[in-house]
Amino acid sequence: MFDSLDTAIIAAMQVELTLTEEPYQKIAQSLGISQEELLTRLQGYRNDGKIRKLGAVLRHRKVGFSANALCAWIIPMERLDEVGIRLAAEPYISHCYARESHPDWPYNLYTMLHAHSRAECEASAQELSRLTGITDYVLLYSHKEWKKTSMRYFSENGR
Amino acid sequence: MLTDFDRQLLNLAQTGLALSPRPYVELARKLNSDEQTVIARLAWLKEQGYIRHIGAFFDSTQLGYIGTLVAVKVRPECLEKVAQSINSYPGVTHNYEREGEYNLWFTLLTPNLTSQQQALATVRELDGVEKLLSMPATKKYKVNVSFKL
Repeated sequence: MFDSLDTAIIAAMQVELTLTEEPYQKIAQSLGISQEELLTRLQGYRNDGKIRKLGAVLRHRKVGFSANALCAWIIPMERLDEVGIRLAAEPYISHCYARESHPDWPYNLYTMLHAHSRAECEASAQELSRLTGITDYVLLYSHKEWKKTSMRYFSENGR
Repeated sequence: MLTDFDRQLLNLAQTGLALSPRPYVELARKLNSDEQTVIARLAWLKEQGYIRHIGAFFDSTQLGYIGTLVAVKVRPECLEKVAQSINSYPGVTHNYEREGEYNLWFTLLTPNLTSQQQALATVRELDGVEKLLSMPATKKYKVNVSFKL
């Protein structure tokens, strides 16, 4: 699946790309390979889905999405895919996952909902509820961000 | 304040950087601008806090990692200490205090199930932790952190 160069490249790519003319060159140098080889491997990871995104991630609060809620839904199993795909199509939903539920916590579909205000969040959830006919949901607003970071794969302390 | 150029740049920079030796030249071309302007503006946007990270984002499942979303019910007076203990795990990428019975929610990525179980067992034993639910994903319909500005 991976050779040792793959894991070294993936570990090296956890750093930020520098804002310099040739940002990949420095990473290739640190790995002792040519820039061309690095770019070819990265292209391969992008094609097979190991890299899901290469670019900038924004601080959503800073760019105006000040109300962000995790919305959890209870979906009958036979409608899970249909509703999951429908909710995923909304541009203000960034993540949509089906998850295992528990007897005292029956929510099985989770969407991250982004809006400019709580009222807008609530209106969106109501509208989605109306569209899908799913009435059991809960909006979980965050009070405080204790941690938000990117994963460091294949790094020593990531294991 | 963001200019129209900044918004266009942020929209483009989110959707993808080219895998070519001069990726900022390619961004500049799409914006009818030049490499130095794009680099300088991205540096400013980072400095001002609009951009959290520029780089590669990997699919954890494709790399062989397993993940879960964990909801914890913590006694309020213990919340800060519990949150900090959870933060010390490198595989914890998000940790939020939320409204409701389960007041702390975090995501955990580990290279295998054994290390996930060990981490969760340790969290369960922390002072003030009353309940813990682990909810691994069974299907991902959308994993997209792009915002249209």
